[in-house]
Amino acid sequence: MPGPVQSIERAAAILRVLASGRLGLVEVANSLGLAKATTHGILRTLQGVGFVEQDRATGKYQLGAALLHLGSSYLDANELRSRAINWADSLAARSGEAVHIGRILGTEVLIVHHVFRPDDTLQALEIGALLPAHASALGKVLLAFDAGAAEATLAAPLISFTRRTIVSARAMTRELTQVRERGWASETGEMVVDQASVAAPIRGHGGLVVGAIGVTGPAERIGDDLHGSSRAALVALVRDVARAVSRDLGGSRG
Amino acid sequence: MSERYVMAIDQGTTSSRAILFDHNGRLVALAQREHRQFFPRPGWVEHDAAEIWHNVCRAITQAMAQAGISPGQVASLGIANQRETTVLWDRATGQPVGHAVVWQDTRTDELVRELGGSVGPDRFREACGLPLATYFAGPRIRWLLDGTPGLRERAERGEVLFGTMETWLIWNLTGGVPEGLHVTDVTNASRTMLMNIATLAWDPALCSAIGVPTSMLPEIRPSSRVFGHARVMLPGVAIGAALGDQQAALFGQTCFDPGEAKCTYGTGSFLVLNTGAELARSTHGLLSTVGYQIEDEPVVYALEGSIAVTGSLVQWFRDGLGLIQTAPEIETLARTVEDNGGCYIVPAFSGLFAPHWHSEARGIIVGLTSFITKGHLARAVLEATAWQTREVVDAMNADSGVALATLKVDGGMTADHLLMQLVADVLDVPVVRPMMAETVSLGAAYAAGLAVGFWSDLDELRRKWHRASQWLPTMNPGRRATEYDNWQRAVERTFGWIRSPAPGSEHLR
Ligand SMILES: Nc1ncnc2c1ncn2[C@@H]1O[C@H](COP(=O)(O)OP(=O)(O)OP(=O)(O)O)[C@@H](O)[C@H]1O
Ligand SMILES: [Mg+2]
Repeated sequence: MPGPVQSIERAAAILRVLASGRLGLVEVANSLGLAKATTHGILRTLQGVGFVEQDRATGKYQLGAALLHLGSSYLDANELRSRAINWADSLAARSGEAVHIGRILGTEVLIVHHVFRPDDTLQALEIGALLPAHASALGKVLLAFDAGAAEATLAAPLISFTRRTIVSARAMTRELTQVRERGWASETGEMVVDQASVAAPIRGHGGLVVGAIGVTGPAERIGDDLHGSSRAALVALVRDVARAVSRDLGGSRG
Repeated sequence: MSERYVMAIDQGTTSSRAILFDHNGRLVALAQREHRQFFPRPGWVEHDAAEIWHNVCRAITQAMAQAGISPGQVASLGIANQRETTVLWDRATGQPVGHAVVWQDTRTDELVRELGGSVGPDRFREACGLPLATYFAGPRIRWLLDGTPGLRERAERGEVLFGTMETWLIWNLTGGVPEGLHVTDVTNASRTMLMNIATLAWDPALCSAIGVPTSMLPEIRPSSRVFGHARVMLPGVAIGAALGDQQAALFGQTCFDPGEAKCTYGTGSFLVLNTGAELARSTHGLLSTVGYQIEDEPVVYALEGSIAVTGSLVQWFRDGLGLIQTAPEIETLARTVEDNGGCYIVPAFSGLFAPHWHSEARGIIVGLTSFITKGHLARAVLEATAWQTREVVDAMNADSGVALATLKVDGGMTADHLLMQLVADVLDVPVVRPMMAETVSLGAAYAAGLAVGFWSDLDELRRKWHRASQWLPTMNPGRRATEYDNWQRAVERTFGWIRSPAPGSEHLR
């Protein structure tokens, strides 16, 4: 086991000091006996993740709004849609399939963005709809990176939608481990017969998963049975776009 | 064989973007940088043109790095820009003369009233298609020349140049000092009040009446034709197009046929209707403007309903009031309530543009009671955009005699799901968004690609348009009528607020 990380200890100390009120850089540095440059570096990092704010007029630091909202999800769902809209369009245009962005809501997936399949057929907007997490690629991604949601989902019986729906908790746990390892999820006919989906995580600051983006369409174009190379190309496309959105959100790791 | 791309630069009011598109018109790289907004007095809005040029350079570099390509793979460069924003610079040093004066700025308030004289705002409408308003560039140039001793003489000698942002960018891209290209396109020129809308040339009578020496004006070119080649940033790359951002969006939405229209929702919102080769004149408060011109083909004219404040109202809610942290949170906040609670916000921050054209109007919030929460205010902010759209659509329907059947939308605010539903509800027509919300950039890219044969014709471009989302009206007709009536009563209450002379115009007397 490695020992405590010094910079994290220092960051924690700085947050404690700031809890007493607004302070300037020198005051923070002095009260902890740290070098100004070190303190500044840590403050800037904390500012970057929203834990600390700097008053524009006085230059003093204080605790940031993000700290107060630590318990709730920190990226607004509507902001996620706004920030991802261009790349979601790009994914639909390149894959020729419908695109959805979702985030976890209890044990379900809330659709926060939907781009039509680009064939100009009549399609209904599905923003606000809920999907079962265990039977969708979006849901598997979100569960794989959210231990709490996964636990809650597996605590109740998994509902079967088709013959292929994964209903065993143990099989689901294995599936989620695999999703975590390879960084993407898929589902073929597990929610709707002959339909399939592929999804990858969207990450925010520090690599935290804030949503999932994926394509949905006929199993013969998207599903597991698809030929190796075109399937690999589709997966690469989904992951590329997920990474591009993550990069824009400041969570550069894929 | 390495793949080739077209780059678009969207030099907007709040930010500059560089976007690379592939041959299918799909976005492959995007870089964006915001610039500072200066508000030195009430009603004044300024930008630093040097900062903007710097940001454009950085965005270009970043987009090229993202895509991992070299300038040799860029087939053409297209520029779309915030319109009417006025830059003056010194030809010998390349330095801007003061800050650029932005299209939302109202400092020419008193000046345009004076220029109207006994005839009023329509004094130049026949010649340039526009009413006298603080919105347009010509009076702004006059104001700047009046304000600095010796500047007019230097402009007359050709030492000080005028341009809107595309002119400034092209001049810099083609080398700047000493002999950068000093050019504009016909759509941008159509927003100065200095170009004759029928002859498409600088009109000496307009220039002298408004007080702008023609020696400082750029050469007017078609929107889509090679202007020249870049010498810096993307050396050797053809500059294939330039057009105002709203006209670029019309092009990007492939509204190539008369009768086709789009509305772009950004800082302001702009409904633009293609009227074909025929110059249509509005009797309901719309502007006659140029849609685009391809090579030496006849220009395509357009009617425009300009709304000054839509996205910027959301920004004010965020920055001015501090009620939200980010613009999209307006939707989250608005969804905490069922309706507006009887509250209406009319954002006449720069007076009211189309269809009212009341420069002296200022914003109001009406219907306040102790029942109203910030959620209701957020809702009223979004509804203001929806109702302002309704007003310009009504004007357009009245002018054209044909009712709009669906509204094509684009721009950053179309990410707001609640807003788009509200727009469909108040218009009572379906609202559709194409696969590419950055339609301004797409249009600039299309026009630039067309100029170098990267794409062959308009039909090829039209086939790339695909529907990404659609919102259908669900509001009941009675409620729609009552709400519209309330909105219109609120609008009337903004009229006549500023009594002349306007603050900040003292030096004119
Ligand atoms: N989800 C949203 N809901 C409401 N308003 C939004 C939302 N997202 C962005 N906006 C507003 O939209 C505007 C940004 O849209 P966009 O980037 O298209 O603007 P723009 O006018 O092109 O910018 P520019 O003026 O730089 O050209 C901002 O004014 C912002 O407040
Ligand atoms: Mg714009």
